[in-house]
Amino acid sequence: MITLQQDTPAETFEANVLRPIDDIQTKVFNDQRISFDDALRLFRHSNILELAEMADYVRTKKHPEPIVTYVVGRNINYTNVCWVRCSFCNFYRVPGQEGGYVLPREVIYQKIQEMVDVGGIEILLQGGLNPKLKIDWYESLFADIMDRFPNVILHALSPAEVIYIKNTSKLSMDETLTRLKTAGMHSLPGGGAEILTDRVRQHISPFKDSAEEWLDCMRSAHRVGLRSSATMMYGSVDTINDRVEHLEKLRLLQDETGGFTAFIAWNYQPDGTELGGRRASAFDYMRTIAISRIYLDNFDNLQASWVTQGARVGQLSLRYGVNDFGSTMMEENVVSTAGCVFTVPIEEIERLIIDSGYEPRRRNTRYEFVS
Amino acid sequence: MLNSRLFEKSGLVEIWHKVEANERLSVADGLQLYKTPDLNAVGSLANIVRERLHGDSTYYVRNQHINYTNVCNKGCKFCSFYAQKGGPEPYSMTIEEVKNKLRAHLDVPLKEVHMVGGINPKLPYSFYLDMLRAVKEIRPDVHIKAFTCVEIAEIHRQADKPLSEVFADLQEAGLDSLPGGGIEILSDRVHMELFDRKLDGDQWMDISRAAAKAGMTQYATMLYGHIETIEERVEHLVKMRALQDETGHFVTFTPLSFHPEGTQLADKPHPTGDGDLRNIAVSRLMLDNFAHIKTFWIMNTPQVSQLAQWYGADDLDGTIHEYEITYQDGAIGDKTQVLTRPQLVSLISEAGRIPIERDSHYNQIPTVDEMLDPVRNKPVRTRVDLLVTN
Repeated sequence: MITLQQDTPAETFEANVLRPIDDIQTKVFNDQRISFDDALRLFRHSNILELAEMADYVRTKKHPEPIVTYVVGRNINYTNVCWVRCSFCNFYRVPGQEGGYVLPREVIYQKIQEMVDVGGIEILLQGGLNPKLKIDWYESLFADIMDRFPNVILHALSPAEVIYIKNTSKLSMDETLTRLKTAGMHSLPGGGAEILTDRVRQHISPFKDSAEEWLDCMRSAHRVGLRSSATMMYGSVDTINDRVEHLEKLRLLQDETGGFTAFIAWNYQPDGTELGGRRASAFDYMRTIAISRIYLDNFDNLQASWVTQGARVGQLSLRYGVNDFGSTMMEENVVSTAGCVFTVPIEEIERLIIDSGYEPRRRNTRYEFVS
Repeated sequence: MLNSRLFEKSGLVEIWHKVEANERLSVADGLQLYKTPDLNAVGSLANIVRERLHGDSTYYVRNQHINYTNVCNKGCKFCSFYAQKGGPEPYSMTIEEVKNKLRAHLDVPLKEVHMVGGINPKLPYSFYLDMLRAVKEIRPDVHIKAFTCVEIAEIHRQADKPLSEVFADLQEAGLDSLPGGGIEILSDRVHMELFDRKLDGDQWMDISRAAAKAGMTQYATMLYGHIETIEERVEHLVKMRALQDETGHFVTFTPLSFHPEGTQLADKPHPTGDGDLRNIAVSRLMLDNFAHIKTFWIMNTPQVSQLAQWYGADDLDGTIHEYEITYQDGAIGDKTQVLTRPQLVSLISEAGRIPIERDSHYNQIPTVDEMLDPVRNKPVRTRVDLLVTN
């Protein structure tokens, strides 16, 4: 694996990074924002219990009740055809390649019906960048879904897809998003953010949108009244500096728009991808979400990624700043093609939440409790 | 810097003061630790003890497990390993097969061979002695950790002579120490309900005392997550602590999570991360006279075991190679269960701990020079190196 290692001279490192973190703890426990350099130091601080304590402080301030939410929803990947060839992805088929699909309408409806039948409310609709699908296809799909399932929440299209639809349909960003919203789109998942530094993006997804384009899309979405989540995929070729830069960009945009509902972090899944490499550890996940919770003081919610972490580590993340267990998913097609196959049924999600000392509550996509 | 806030919030200030003063915890303290919702408050207390005893060191061993037979007449309800209709096919290794298992890994400088099996009444006394001799023949330098007290009781029955003489024979043939399994949890109620054909708590402790008298070391365990209550867990820990006060022959304590798949208790829930880390932490806090607390990655997963290094565990077990008694999540039927040394080193060093390869007596194996940081492919030198993972 190629790494973009930036070594810091040892003496500078000792003096600047490995100092005790008392001053940062003082900031956090006095409700002050931590700086970029503070976050770098926290990433070098090995005592994860101290990171967890600060993260839990921020979490409890935002959610004083010992409640962990989850949403009953289904993941639908409407197409796997994608021309972008990201080296960390094992899901895509390039146009014309064998095994490429676009789900027929009837299949999509059936999947939604199955979700509604088990009390589900949220459809997470995401797919590849398929050159055959223009905005009309999405508009008509969304309208038909809303027609058949007026109570279903359509959490759809990450920025990469929106930007691609905008480009192939020759529209402005605001126009594209407004038309999708009018057709029934409720909110955007924050996927495809990976790491929002162009150095990393150039390396792992050179043909996808730049960091600035991703952020512009979210800015525009928030402007036209769509809310969204934000994600981070760490552990590929990113340095700690890249991760903190990512968090900084999200925090700045959230200061500006307030449109992000939640933040979700997961680690790169290496199996079968062109990029290869190793899988980041559970320890790395814990410190990354804890530091994210501390840094993103203007985000209300942090979501667990049990799909990538498994039920056990997913549960433990609840003590590291996470207040939401995410969606029941029902199916997962993207990371499961890269060696990651965790699924957890509803009763199991509730048991894990109760087992760690919290009360489980169902929510909708706006993070409001539902019965 | 530890914040008193954490312990105040969870009502653990009194226990915290005891821990700082190195005072023994009571049964009531143990129960409170199990009932405290905030796992990390309990973990932080356990970490105080762990770091006082071992600093940043985490131990691992290059070992091999051999499960010599799955034929068993005990029918324990929590077990999926023994041969039964509709379950695993019966097998009993010959001495030659045991030797072949050892020969398969001769390229690895193993320090320990760990052998346990079912209670197969057809195996004569000589089989056990021959098996020990066979291990020493193939691997003269290895430490043999073998036979739980349940097997010792069976070997004793087959030998038909005083237990002290049986131990002398076993030691002469090569036995170095006893593993801790077989008692599961020291509770008469659980014994009656789950494993009444096996020896009871008093008999288990008598054999353990005899092992101590014979000059052998032993390991101790606790099987949790089946039908036991937290009161019974604390009772188990306190009894183990009392026995250790008396004998001093226990080296390590390992909490073992119950895995329901394939057992007569298949409707019981799977172990959780919270449960695994909590049992490690409470064990570390209650067992003030045990030097080491181990996280057994086969049962706890490598991921949870990595985190366990901050919740009281100072030992990650070892490479293992093959293990047939419990399968890892999602790997049912896959008998090959191995972590390579670089993987173990990486699990330890990425968590900010210092990996120490050990033998069965926790003597350090001097291999630091050849040890490479798995991420940077440079020699590991300091904690600074270990912390920077990318």
